[in-house]
Amino acid sequence: MRNVETILAQFKEIAANPRQAVADYRSETGKGAIGIMPIYAPEELVHATGYLPVGLWGGNQSINQARTYLPPFACSVMQQVMELECQGAFNDLAAVVFSVPCDTLKCMSQKWKGTSPVLVFTHPQNRGLESANRFLVEEYTRLQSRLEEITGVKISNAALENSIRVYNENRAALREFVRLAADYPQFVGAVSRHAVFKARQFMEKSRHTALVRELIGALTAQPLQPWSGKRVVVSGILLEPDGLLELFDELKLAIVDDDLAQESRQLRVDVQEGNEAPLYRLARVWQRMYGCSVATDTKKLRGKMLIEMAQKTGADAVIAAMMKFCDPEEWDYPIYFDELEKKGVRNLMIEVDQGATSFEQARTRLQSLAELL
Amino acid sequence: MISTTGKSAKELLAYYQAKLDEEAREAKAQGKLVCWSASVAPPELCVAMDIAMVYPETHAAGIGARKGALDMLEVADRHGYSVDCCSYGRVNIGYMELLKEEALTGQTPEALAKSPAARIPLPDLIITCNNICNTLLKWYENLAVELNIPCIVIDVPFNHTMPVPEYAKEYIADEFRHAISQLEVICGRPFDYNKFREVRHQTQRSIAQWNRIAAMSRYKPSPLNGFDLFNYMALVVCARSRDYAEITFKKFADELEEKLKKGQFAFKGAEKNRITWEGIAVWPYLGQTFKTLKAQGTIMTGSAYPNMWDLSYDADDESLHSMAEAYTRTYINTCLENKVSTLLNIMENGQCDGVVYHLNRSCKLMSFLNVETAELIQEKNGLPYVSFDGDQTDPRNFAPAQYDTRVQTLSEMMEQSTGTES
Repeated sequence: MRNVETILAQFKEIAANPRQAVADYRSETGKGAIGIMPIYAPEELVHATGYLPVGLWGGNQSINQARTYLPPFACSVMQQVMELECQGAFNDLAAVVFSVPCDTLKCMSQKWKGTSPVLVFTHPQNRGLESANRFLVEEYTRLQSRLEEITGVKISNAALENSIRVYNENRAALREFVRLAADYPQFVGAVSRHAVFKARQFMEKSRHTALVRELIGALTAQPLQPWSGKRVVVSGILLEPDGLLELFDELKLAIVDDDLAQESRQLRVDVQEGNEAPLYRLARVWQRMYGCSVATDTKKLRGKMLIEMAQKTGADAVIAAMMKFCDPEEWDYPIYFDELEKKGVRNLMIEVDQGATSFEQARTRLQSLAELL
Repeated sequence: MISTTGKSAKELLAYYQAKLDEEAREAKAQGKLVCWSASVAPPELCVAMDIAMVYPETHAAGIGARKGALDMLEVADRHGYSVDCCSYGRVNIGYMELLKEEALTGQTPEALAKSPAARIPLPDLIITCNNICNTLLKWYENLAVELNIPCIVIDVPFNHTMPVPEYAKEYIADEFRHAISQLEVICGRPFDYNKFREVRHQTQRSIAQWNRIAAMSRYKPSPLNGFDLFNYMALVVCARSRDYAEITFKKFADELEEKLKKGQFAFKGAEKNRITWEGIAVWPYLGQTFKTLKAQGTIMTGSAYPNMWDLSYDADDESLHSMAEAYTRTYINTCLENKVSTLLNIMENGQCDGVVYHLNRSCKLMSFLNVETAELIQEKNGLPYVSFDGDQTDPRNFAPAQYDTRVQTLSEMMEQSTGTES
């Protein structure tokens, strides 16, 4: 049996080498990869074609060419994606699936600088209505036929049901991992925890599940130990780059749960079993989504959700990882900040810039928080 | 009631703008419902139920134009709103927080007392629509929670493929029906379907007159100063479902036709070049942005921005698909190809010689495609363009000197190209 460290090293290796992951997949299966832009997409449809869905969540480049096409007030993850587009980094992809739940993504979907075909679909925002589900089924139907045209693979119901099962199992395994990571912070630091999620974007999901299960087995074989550091919940779009995560490890701030769009928001809702057609059940996932800045909620239950997360995990604080220039997240912040304050939940906002190379401001803020707790 | 006969369009505009605010205040005083609405959300539903309407974007623009934005922005800042959030939204949130404070304490906060803004009452409900941005979803979520009031959402999904598919119209029409049932609950009485039909017809009459005005810029020289549309826009936003808009716009269009007949033009013979203005106006510097252009003899004869209220539809279509289509086809809610063809049309109709692009710090949706839009348009019509950095209501994000230089450059480029042509 491999130990925790070895398995985590494998996740990190995959997370750091998406190009290799795609090349390996191609040589094994003879099939290519399809890009999945943030934030939400019915990846199961892509998986059912046998192509590898690959998450396009930016990088850590210095921004040069992207400056021509995006003003400085676009969020850093889209600056990074644009830089990579300009470099031709995505040109091997058979297609790119594009959701447009914010104004920046709407624009990005119309200005792809690479050579791959871009398949755009829109999520409805009046999510309580049955007609919204019907609308999304139509969008997914169009997406499915475009995918079939491009890949030459007819997506059968059987294949789609299989992919749905694979993804539900993957989400369940990761949810279990999130709980265990909170129990074993000595083994799974912030950097490692993130690598498990990041690798998910570049791996076929049943393989990722198997590796996560192996990690779970190795973790649970270890005795539980008391944690001398503090416990935090993080919320936002994403928490990168590694330099920022290293501060959490250095300051002994264990991430006991997250509400990151790149991480646990992807696991929040499973595709339900049932007699309805698979596309309908996939559409319902969006209706049942909650606590996310790009999924309209006129009751704004995110603050309540964060308070419950903090209570359930015994977290000492909630950290808002604010993606610079992400206005959906910035609009949510004043509301959940007030709610956290009213409930006496300690909290802190740090700015996230995916391309950052210096973290002194975040260090000072996190350090003061760690000392305060 | 003051007689409107004999009044000029300009007088009517001022009169009805004040009257709308007064009506909202009166409604509030009498315990009637007041609704805050997104600027291109369908007012037909609420107007059919006699709900007084207030438009925060227009209100924020007014505050900006009267140099009162900074005080409101500061309040929003205190409440944790990032400067990255839309300045209309922040001005309105700031204003709302002050109204709320006043309602809770009985004391008028100083910033509210000295604000040059027209006084508006707090809403009992709000209605939003994302045909001009998804920010309007976030902003109205916050209003709903901060004020604990119902929020009607009309979601019009981004049209990545044109024409608008039937299934999108079906979804939007269903949202209208859902909004109707929400309104029945909020108002405690059945929806007035007869009035709804009348209001749709009224809206179409207002829009027809609005389009008559916009069409006047096709004449060369133009009897219409395009910047006037920015002023008259207030009524197409706030009163298109009332006859106030129709009366005012008809008067203005008549006046323009009269001027045309008499050979009276906006720039009195000094019209040298004609431009399209792409983006929202810079309200705190409306005068300056206009004067700089005018000093170069450059008249604005086309803008897709006021044109967004060309909400023509079949008022007799009871399926409401036609109305749904009108509210979702807003050019910034469509793919780049459609956006470009809309702008090309506007440039052609306005016989424009160039474009000024407003890179608006407050509006990602109206900024992040500017480079591609400009390139595609230039490919098609070969006309020059410039871009300037600005903001619709945050005066700190606009540098007059940069604007002046860019506009001068454009005017030189236009003179060169028109000179070459002649």
